Amino acid sequence: MTNPSAPGRNYLNVDYRFRSWLWTTDHKRIAILYMISVTLFFLVGGAAAVLFRLELMTPRGDLVIAETFNKLFTLHGVVMVFFFLIPAIPTVLGNFLLPMMLGARDLAFPRLNLASWYIFMTGGLLAIGSIIAGGVDTGWTFYTPYSSTYSNTNVMLAALGAFVAGFSSILTGLNFIVTTHTMRAPGMTWFRLPIFVWSHYATSIIMVLGTPVIAITLLLVALERGLGFGIFDPKLGGDPILFQHLFWFYSHPAVYIMVLPAMGVVTEIVPCFARNRLFGYTFVAFASLAIAVISFFVWGHHLFVSGQSIYAGMIFSVLSMLVAVPSAVKVFNWTATLYRGSVSLDTPMLYALGFIGLFTLGGLTGLFLATLAIDVHVHDTYFIIAHFHYIMVGGTVMGYLGGIHFWWPKITGRIYPEWWGRLSAGIIFIGFNLTFFPQFVLGYLGMPRRVHEYVDEFQVLNVMSSAGASILGVGYLIPLAYLIWSLRYGPVAGPNPWRATGLEWQTQSPPTTFNFETTPVVTEPPYHYDPGDFQMERIEQSPGAVQGTAR
Amino acid sequence: MYMEEGFRLFPEQASSVAPRVDALYTFLLCVSGFFTVAIFVAIVYMAIKYRHGRPKDRPHPEPEQLWMLEIAWIVMPLALTMVMFFWGAVLYFEIRTPPEDAIELQVVGKQWMWKIYHPQGRSEINELHVPVGRPVRLRMISEDVIHSFYVPAFRVKMDVLPGRYTTMWFEATKPGEYHLFCAEYCGTEHANMSGSVYAMTPAEYAEWLQGAPAETETAQTAGSKLFTQFRCHTCHHDDSELRSPPLAGIFDKSIPLADGRMVRADDSYLRESIVNPMAKVTAGFQPVMPAYQGQLTEEQLLLIIEYIKSLPPRGARGDAS
Repeated sequence: MTNPSAPGRNYLNVDYRFRSWLWTTDHKRIAILYMISVTLFFLVGGAAAVLFRLELMTPRGDLVIAETFNKLFTLHGVVMVFFFLIPAIPTVLGNFLLPMMLGARDLAFPRLNLASWYIFMTGGLLAIGSIIAGGVDTGWTFYTPYSSTYSNTNVMLAALGAFVAGFSSILTGLNFIVTTHTMRAPGMTWFRLPIFVWSHYATSIIMVLGTPVIAITLLLVALERGLGFGIFDPKLGGDPILFQHLFWFYSHPAVYIMVLPAMGVVTEIVPCFARNRLFGYTFVAFASLAIAVISFFVWGHHLFVSGQSIYAGMIFSVLSMLVAVPSAVKVFNWTATLYRGSVSLDTPMLYALGFIGLFTLGGLTGLFLATLAIDVHVHDTYFIIAHFHYIMVGGTVMGYLGGIHFWWPKITGRIYPEWWGRLSAGIIFIGFNLTFFPQFVLGYLGMPRRVHEYVDEFQVLNVMSSAGASILGVGYLIPLAYLIWSLRYGPVAGPNPWRATGLEWQTQSPPTTFNFETTPVVTEPPYHYDPGDFQMERIEQSPGAVQGTAR
Repeated sequence: MYMEEGFRLFPEQASSVAPRVDALYTFLLCVSGFFTVAIFVAIVYMAIKYRHGRPKDRPHPEPEQLWMLEIAWIVMPLALTMVMFFWGAVLYFEIRTPPEDAIELQVVGKQWMWKIYHPQGRSEINELHVPVGRPVRLRMISEDVIHSFYVPAFRVKMDVLPGRYTTMWFEATKPGEYHLFCAEYCGTEHANMSGSVYAMTPAEYAEWLQGAPAETETAQTAGSKLFTQFRCHTCHHDDSELRSPPLAGIFDKSIPLADGRMVRADDSYLRESIVNPMAKVTAGFQPVMPAYQGQLTEEQLLLIIEYIKSLPPRGARGDAS
């Protein structure tokens, strides 16, 4: 057993000046910039959630007044959706890993990549500015004519923030698509791409095609609000339903922008910790593309009770049902990957398996909402809140944390403390379910969303949910602490502590600025794991990785 | 279904569709429960059986078997979701299609209250009294932003839009008091834009309708006053064939338009013809009526339309002469 020593020169210690970070075009350093940014946004959005969950402990509005409550849930939604969930995995893990998985030195347009971060931060600061200036109370959905005419809050500033951040999304998507097409290493054919790359490719297509629509929509809201153009408010000759069509034309596909990259992460983790090749590679790859394509044809399921025609409702219902098929294909293939594998339950695997379970429940409850007659009852209730948190928190956040743990040795060259990792993964899983499962029941009982006071009979379930949220909050803070701790005190990782396949593991940790000494040549399909080889090799490789495991 | 008063897992079933929505919901619960448990058990079982460090001889399955498996788990979810779709769509069609014989009530939503007019003239705020055993249709409009009329015990909900009528219907089956919520976020006091629905026996309902305070005027009377106040009567009077189309008995008739189309004179058409008369001009008349957009509230429009609907067809006198 030899303890690997940290490599000398790498992308982190090549230059320590502040300027070298702000002007970097290294995709890995830009990923770090994004990681710090989205973590800060996550803390802001999370703090808002803590406050309104506290308020909802009691049926009466006794902690904050109605205006404050409305601003809190709007802040939570806007920040979490536009500044955490949409960017988190693509801009942090995608930025860091996509070129490395392809065997490339960087993304196709490194300076454009840096520009994306600056645009993103501009959007983020505008959104934060709207909070400092007094907040926004429209909900993250900005429904008209409330947002365009009636609200007296800083709608323009918040909408501008989301508008600007959208350009960052478009540029990142463009960068990923061009990189995937043009910068694959010799031998890296399309069907040797890791599913992580397929997922990000599908995500990028949605970003490039969908984001301009939300940009135009928010611009139209601004035109109506600022200049009195009659677009959405019937008093000015507009149509409020038009807004909903435009908004969801982007915002439903946006859900897949959030969850597809997480699926990519899970698809990397599961074969590695099952020491097995991915079950049904082709099906999983095409399922990502199928989800991206179908996602553009289902937006009308947000309008089943909005005055859309009955027949349009039926068409959108049947199309929405189709999303279940590629989603189910993925879940079944991940699960089947465990079959005759050699499974170990390290932290990334706990997150990945947690993802599969929570995404399954989130996806299945999506079928309730696609079923017309049930949606009439549960639309705009806590059932919806529970459903999309199972997808976005149970899915995307679990995927993100799993990915951060999995690639932490690659990103930082250090191993996180495994015992703490498993503990917090367990706390997060329990806290999450306690927070959001009661909300399904609340929703079917009829509790509407976005209310700061509610009838007494809903209190028990709300208290359960708030209690769960406090557990969940603690669960999120623990990794923040030990990951920072590990930067200095974690054991040195070595190039490939998990004995994983994939080009990113075939270079030192942390990598050098240009990733590879020589351009790698790919000769094998992805995920060529052998169930027999894991434990022995791993101990040789990295004592740190098994530290704290009692086997 | 519930452990004690005040803690329930399912809401009360108080309308004709409620048990049917719950049946569909139960079907989806069973399907979801089955797959959630199946995936959970499969993961836990395999994580234990194939845990690492266990001696093993693990040949991979043959590729042909994989194809069969993949096809199976594409077809199975497709089939199940199509069952959900058809079941849900048939029920939705019913929920969205009011029976012909329904009592029609008028609902106006505004920040942050509900106002409801009954056909016999009684009106109420944040309360809705309905008879059990009779379909009730709500014709709804908003004065300002989007609201949503939601009665969980009836399993029905419909958005209430500004500038456009929407309708919903239900048939209460069980006397009692039920929650009425606004489900669409509508601003500061959204949480308190709520009230109660009282489902009553037909006899009680009839009694309740009679119980209006003495000075209450019917929607038609109030509409008639507005009709005069806004000088509608100067053109639209009994012998107005030259300047304006006759209004008596116009409701629900087919009207020929100047551009050759035909239109049914329903509530939406009457409303549009007041706020924006140029949109659909009746054949044979000059487009001379001023637009009332912004001058009348939705409540006033609703009352005027009720008045127009109440005018008797000019049967005997007009046609015979």
